[in-house]
Formats: sequence, structure tokens, C-alpha cells
Amino acid sequence: MPARMIADKTVRYILFASAIIAIVIVLAIGFFIFRESIQAWSEIGITEILLKTVWRPGQDQYGILAMIVGSVSVTFGAILLGVPLALGCAIFLAEIAPEGVQALVRPAVQLLAGIPSVVYGLFGMVILVPLVRKLGVPGNSGYGLLAASIVLAVMILPTIASVAEDAIRAVPENYRHGSLALGATKWQTITQVVLPAGKSGIIAGVILGIGRALGETMAMIMVIGNSVIMPKPLSGNPLTYFLSQARTLTGNIAVEISYATGIHESALFATGVVLFALIIIVNATARWIIRGQKFVEKAN
Amino acid sequence: MISLKKNITLVVSLLIIAALVSACGGTSTPGAPVTDPTTDNSTISVSGSTTVQPLAEKLAEAFMTENTGIRIDVQGGGSSVGVKAAGQGTSDIGMASREIKESELAEFPKLNVIVIARDGIAIVANADVTVSDLTVEQVRDIFSGKITNWKDLGGEDQNIIVVSREEGSGTRGAFEELVMGKDALITASAILQPSNGSIRTTVSTTPYSIGYMSFGYLDDTIKAISIGGIAPTEPNAADGSYPIVRPLNMLTNGEPTGAVKAFLDFILSDAGQKLVVEDGYIPVK
Repeated sequence: MPARMIADKTVRYILFASAIIAIVIVLAIGFFIFRESIQAWSEIGITEILLKTVWRPGQDQYGILAMIVGSVSVTFGAILLGVPLALGCAIFLAEIAPEGVQALVRPAVQLLAGIPSVVYGLFGMVILVPLVRKLGVPGNSGYGLLAASIVLAVMILPTIASVAEDAIRAVPENYRHGSLALGATKWQTITQVVLPAGKSGIIAGVILGIGRALGETMAMIMVIGNSVIMPKPLSGNPLTYFLSQARTLTGNIAVEISYATGIHESALFATGVVLFALIIIVNATARWIIRGQKFVEKAN
Repeated sequence: MISLKKNITLVVSLLIIAALVSACGGTSTPGAPVTDPTTDNSTISVSGSTTVQPLAEKLAEAFMTENTGIRIDVQGGGSSVGVKAAGQGTSDIGMASREIKESELAEFPKLNVIVIARDGIAIVANADVTVSDLTVEQVRDIFSGKITNWKDLGGEDQNIIVVSREEGSGTRGAFEELVMGKDALITASAILQPSNGSIRTTVSTTPYSIGYMSFGYLDDTIKAISIGGIAPTEPNAADGSYPIVRPLNMLTNGEPTGAVKAFLDFILSDAGQKLVVEDGYIPVK
């Protein structure tokens, strides 16, 4: 065999091995987390862990439901605040902004993704928490879901904005021409034609944002209060739900792992398994939706 | 040719998987064997409480300048880790900033506890809190959630915001033991912060909040609360009048020998205790 063929084959095997290693690492992490959590699942019980709200390792109580609710609530809040903002950014960049403005706005939005999360946390702790505290509700400490949702909304903005922008750009130019030719205004074209056509890509971006939000740790620890309680409205107004403190699944692991031993440590790994499962579900949904969109494009 | 290629890829991937799996399996074996501390050129491993860690590092540094043949590695991990490391022999010395629990003594019956210093835990409040003196019972009722408004303690009509350390922290463990007692639990709605420093930041910036921290972290940004009229100061803790004082412990598995004994003797000597005082802790002698 000529030397260049051997080189070609060798490179091919090296690349193949790299791909395999990436898969094996994911599997190894999943396997390792699960193995470490087995003790908790078997000794504490699956329903006890998933459905109880009291987490007091000192008293051998390991219910993580309050943290599941905390993670889901803060993610919901972040989506509620972040998606309109991100969508606005994406539409502006893809449809409206002239190129000079794009060249300024796009790197700025993407820079948001590069800011370390501890810096977001610091900003939240020093600026947002005192602002939230100004809302005159008894028992409002400033730390809680609202401050955390605002921080998180900004953190997921670049993820959603860039995926949504790509989805909007992927809508064929013919659609816009057709709509404009029928007499629709630019805004009508965007809302009635472009956004519906790019819907699945935009939804996929939102779901990737959800995945990012569920996994955020450091910034959450700094602003959410970390109390293990089921969030509930502080007063008669249901919106005060978001002033309640909470703890996220990620925060539970990060705050306690350095001290944990034995069953406590295993229960933290069980928390990790739940988080892992949630994120796999979220990401799989996003992939499924993105694949759906490609199919539609091909059909066109 | 095709089948050969397939075989090679299969073998390569199997080898990688095997290597990774065996690497994972290795993590469950107990830690490195304990070094023999009787030889001159020995290493002493110390791990545990992050409260004791800075003090231990200082003591180790001073000890190593006098005994050049001995190396001391100090690591953190938390009090529970310190107890476990000493009991299982993964470290020569464990550090714990709280009393050793009965369950731990039952698990590691040979554990040898040496008190190297004492540390007071101060109850601190935001500067706008008008209450400046509480009893231990009142502190317990605040942290268990029984008292929720400052007006019940003679202060303003404002909700009390409780700030606590996370589960597993030695400072929290000592606070629970010294203040909360056996039955009272710290309220679940307390804001939890993972270090003395972030407790200070949170209490100093959150109006009407209350928390607790090691004496060493007290400063002007927060208000230190007296307990039964006794201010949280080192002299008051040293003479026993201030009630919330915890031991800082070093732990060995059985009686210490060789270099480990020499290091512990140094800590308890006048020179070692002088460093204890310099770090803001209360000496044991």
C-alpha cells in the first residue's frame, strides 16, 4: 500500500477514535453518576427522593421535589422574561437591522454568552437583589425566583437569539417576496409568514435555552437564596410566588457536595441523575424538533 | 480489506472503552496508603474543615521551617471529610471545627481528638436592626422560625430574615449543637449561603436579617449581637462567659506517633498557640 494511503487510513482511525472517545466520555459520566447514586435510590427509595419536599441530610431526609419545583420555576420565569427579548433580538438582526448595525449588535449579544456565570451572579447579588427587595411585600428578602429568573433570562438570551436568528434566515426568500407581492407590509410578512415558517427552529432555540437554564449553577446559588422550601406566594397576590426563595437541583449539588459523605453524597448524585435526565429530555426534544424542520425544508 | 478495517475499528473502540471503564472502576478503591511517619523524610497529610485549614497551613509552615525533613500537605473538604479521612486513614490528621458526633465515634472508635484552639460563633444582624442583645433561647426561636418578627424582641415591626450556612458546614454543625440543641431545627425558609464571607455580604446588605459566623469574620459592616449581655469578643469567649464557643479539633486514628506527634506537640506548644492567637482564635493553654 502506498504511504499516502496508509497516512490516509491512520488519520481516519484517529478521527474515528476521537468521535468514539466523545461518546464514551458522555456514557462514562452518565454511568459514573448513576453508579454513585444507586445507594441512595435503593436505601432511601425512588418515591421518597422524587416526591418528598423535606431535604435535611442531618435528619436523614432526602426529598428533592422542592428543588425540582425550584429549578422548573426559575427556568419558567427565565423563559417568560427571556424569550420575548431574544426573539426581538433575532427578528431585528435577521429582518430589520442594516448590516452596519448587525455588525455591532450581533457580537454584543454573543458577548453575553462569554461572561462567566459568577459575574452574572455578582451583578444579581449587588444590583438586582436590592432592587427586587424594594417591592414592598412582607417576607421579601430580595433573594429568590424573581432575581434568579432575571439573571437567567439574560444568560439564555444569546443561545435563543442566535438559534432563532438562524431559523429566521433559513426561511426561503421566496416566502417574503410572495407575501410582499400580495400587498402585506413588512411587519405582517414577519408575523404572518416568516415566524410561522421558522417556528420549529425558534422553538428548538427556546428549548436549548431551557436546557442551558436548567444547568446554570453559580449565578443561581448567589441570588436564589438556596432555601429548601416549596416556593409559594408570600401574600394573597399569586405573582408574589416569584419573590419566594428556592433552591435549584444544580445548587443543591454545588452547595453540599464538599461536605457530603455516605448516603448524603449518594443522594446528591441522585440529584445529578434527575438533572441529567431532565436535560437529556429537553435536548432530545430540541433535536427532534430541529430534525422535523429539516424535513419540512426538504419537502419544500 | 473491509472486514479487516471493521475489525481494527472494533478493537480500537473496545480498547478505549476498556481503558475508560477501568479508570472509572479505580475511583472506588480507598485512598492512598498512609505514609510511615517514623522516618525522617516523611509527609504528613492533613485534611478537613475549611475553618481550621488556614490556621493549619500557618502552623504547618512554621513547623516545616524548623523541621526541614518533614512535609505537611493541608487540604480542605469540610469537617465531615476530616473525620472520615482520619478514621479511614486516608489522611494522617483530620480537621473538624465542631464536636465529633456519637455516630462518628461509633464508626471510628480509635479516633483520637485533640483540641488545638477554640472559636466563638457570633450572632450577627444587619446594621438597621435595633435589637442588640438576645438570649440563647431567643436565638434558637428565631432560627427555628418560632419568632418571625423583630417586634416580638423589642425591635421594629419587621419580618426577620434568617440567614444560615448550608448543611454539612462545621460552623452550622457547631451552631446547631450549641444553640439549636437536639430538637430544634433551623427553619427551611432560611436563606443559605455557602461561606462565612457570603454570610457577611448577605447579612450586611439585607435589611432586618440575622445570621451567624466565626469570630474571625466580624467587621464594621454588620452588627454583632450580645448574648445575655455578653459581647462576642475573644476575651469573653476565653474566660467562658460567652456561651457559643466551639472547639477546633485535630483528629488522628489512634495515638499519634513520630512526625505526626511532633507536629501536634508543636501546635500545642507556646510557639504554636501564639500562631493560634495571631489568627484570632482562642488558645487552649
